[in-house]
Amino acid sequence: MKKVYINSVSSISAQKTFDNTQFLEDICSYEETVLPVVSPNYKDYIPAAAARRMAKGIKMGVVASKLALEEAGLDNVDAIITGTGMGCVRDSEKFVSAIIDNDEQYLTPTSFIQSTHNTVGGQIALGIGCKGYNFTYVHSSNSFESSLLDAKLMLQNNEANSILIGGVDELGGHTTKLHKIVNHIKVANDNSLDVLSSSTEGTIFGEGANFFTLANEKKPSTYAEVVGVKMYNTLKSSVSELAQQFIISQNIATADIDLVILGNNGDVTFDENFNELTSGVFANTQQAYYKHLCGEFNTASSFGFWLASKTLKSQHLPKVVKLNDVSTSLFKYVLLYNQYRGQNHSFTLLRKC
Amino acid sequence: MSKGVAITGMGIISAIGNNVSENYNALIEGKKGISKISKINTIHKDAIMVGEIDFTNKEFEDELGLSADNNYSRTAMLGIVAAKQAIENAGITDIKKYSTGLISSTSVGGMDMTEQYYYEYLENEKHRKYIDSHHAGDSTQRIAEHLGIEESLVTTISTACSSAANAIMLGARLIKSGELDRVVVGGKDCLSKFTINGFKTLMILSDTYNTPFDENRKGLNLGEAAAYLVLESDKVVKSENKKVLAYVKGYANANDAFHQTASSENGDGATLAMEQALKVAGLHASEIDYINAHGTATGNNDLSEGRAILRVFGNDVPDFSSTKPYTGHTLAAAGAIEAVYSILALQNNIIYPNLNFKTQMKEFDITPQTELKEKELQTVLSNSLGFGGNCSTVIFSKSQ
Repeated sequence: MKKVYINSVSSISAQKTFDNTQFLEDICSYEETVLPVVSPNYKDYIPAAAARRMAKGIKMGVVASKLALEEAGLDNVDAIITGTGMGCVRDSEKFVSAIIDNDEQYLTPTSFIQSTHNTVGGQIALGIGCKGYNFTYVHSSNSFESSLLDAKLMLQNNEANSILIGGVDELGGHTTKLHKIVNHIKVANDNSLDVLSSSTEGTIFGEGANFFTLANEKKPSTYAEVVGVKMYNTLKSSVSELAQQFIISQNIATADIDLVILGNNGDVTFDENFNELTSGVFANTQQAYYKHLCGEFNTASSFGFWLASKTLKSQHLPKVVKLNDVSTSLFKYVLLYNQYRGQNHSFTLLRKC
Repeated sequence: MSKGVAITGMGIISAIGNNVSENYNALIEGKKGISKISKINTIHKDAIMVGEIDFTNKEFEDELGLSADNNYSRTAMLGIVAAKQAIENAGITDIKKYSTGLISSTSVGGMDMTEQYYYEYLENEKHRKYIDSHHAGDSTQRIAEHLGIEESLVTTISTACSSAANAIMLGARLIKSGELDRVVVGGKDCLSKFTINGFKTLMILSDTYNTPFDENRKGLNLGEAAAYLVLESDKVVKSENKKVLAYVKGYANANDAFHQTASSENGDGATLAMEQALKVAGLHASEIDYINAHGTATGNNDLSEGRAILRVFGNDVPDFSSTKPYTGHTLAAAGAIEAVYSILALQNNIIYPNLNFKTQMKEFDITPQTELKEKELQTVLSNSLGFGGNCSTVIFSKSQ
């Protein structure tokens, strides 16, 4: 079986991450409970006329994928695999409200067309003329990890040599309102950077696009190797047991993990799994978190994957993501763990190249 | 990567039947499930025909034993009914005996509830329980729960009308690579105002029975359905002495990279998908005995797909037909519905008629099979083509 490498990364998030020469040096904090992305100048990458027609999620996905391809020096790839929990939710909202407001009359197809979950993947393919395999996974907090697993299988088995993968989700106004009334979003939060110290239910929401090119050949630009990824729809045993099983299945020991990156989001009802790991199995391991920077969304874990990739390549962990005082001189193995509202758990293991 | 992928169970619910045998009987009797819509109060009800499932949501809730405060979308309930049949058909009594995953697909998700309570959610607490069931992964999680699939690989694919074919494809690859021993694959979609109005604005809904590959085709009929297959590894088949219904022999997904919703005139994506699926199967085009076409009866699809079939099969196009006149176009479920029909075709050596066909298309001279035909079948190729240029082919065979 071939090895799988992350050869380029790109991130559009609530932080100034689209400039890949930076690594979380200048941090944005938010007093709101909903964090919009810091947008690049989309017109620098997409013709203005095309950009006007594109929903935000499409723009973020198209530009993030362009940046990832550019860094890897690729014009095209063998496959495009996208994860998105909600797809182009703004267009879905637009079309539903138009149906209701106008009693099913005077509708135009644009928002319906763009509302399809695989619009971003399709638009990226259209943009670069990629006729290869094109899948879109839409499984809540495991949408991105599904893309990663699929790409890993293809590359290992030589079904493809280079693949673009990504996680993308946009905020939608009505959907955000709904998540507020059911307290999935916190009623209030003074500072996004302090979200983990919150004692209330819900979290802060965000959006973003994190894209990567994966390949089965190492390059000078390589960030890290993808060693393993595993998903669990539910948790029956304890998360500590699952973590240890996963680590053993990768033929390493818990002590080999140099950094664990967690998806805690400050929701007192659901952060328990994370706390169990930080105070137990990984109490003596260096720990990091990231949702205080990008907010929670179905593909927020792709921001965690970006953070892990950058850390392994630069061998530097930005201060703003550090969760404890343990430090390490060398980052070799980085383990990621995420879940959302107690469901769709995942472990991802990356290794320094 | 040389492992076989056995199909050991299947389940289905569609406008032509609530289980596999009802579907098969309707197929061979030429019984359509297309009618006026009765369960959704749409202003288009007199202008469209649909493939609707008889049961109301309440009847499904009772059948599944759901409590009054449940928050299941119709999509989830259709999926549970079909997936449970598939597990039973595969003779699985202990789902935990082997590592079992679920790969499901949907395009509508919980939109049926969202569109009913969209504004009401803000004012009234009563229906807020459905907010959680909106996203596409929710219906998949519910199916996993009802099948007893825990702590396992469960995910959802949404690539518009090719979704379920892609779920089958991923399932097959997970078995081949040894990632799972057993995987339940398929798709589900219910009817909704969202899709009715969406396709209406694209002006591709027929006001009468859909007529695939007919010169005067007027568009598609939307349908609702769910279907699931149980795929098992050689290891499970051997140790459980399983009866194999058929094998997933080949598969491929390719992209047209032409237009967000329309297919390229020459069917580039579909051509690539069929060619690569043949390659994966190790079969020559001449070894395909029947094509279950995507055949939605839209002007664009049938022309593009027909041309792609000609490009792949040349002067030797096998018997082909679309079964959409029976069920309507069931969107993300279509690939799974037609997988069940393809397997039934293999088991019974039957080719289904392409109902409603009258007039030969002008652009080419291939004609779908219009009468029920008995013929020894070894392989069936099934196409699923969707928005975003998404083109998928799955090849089913009797033997490994």
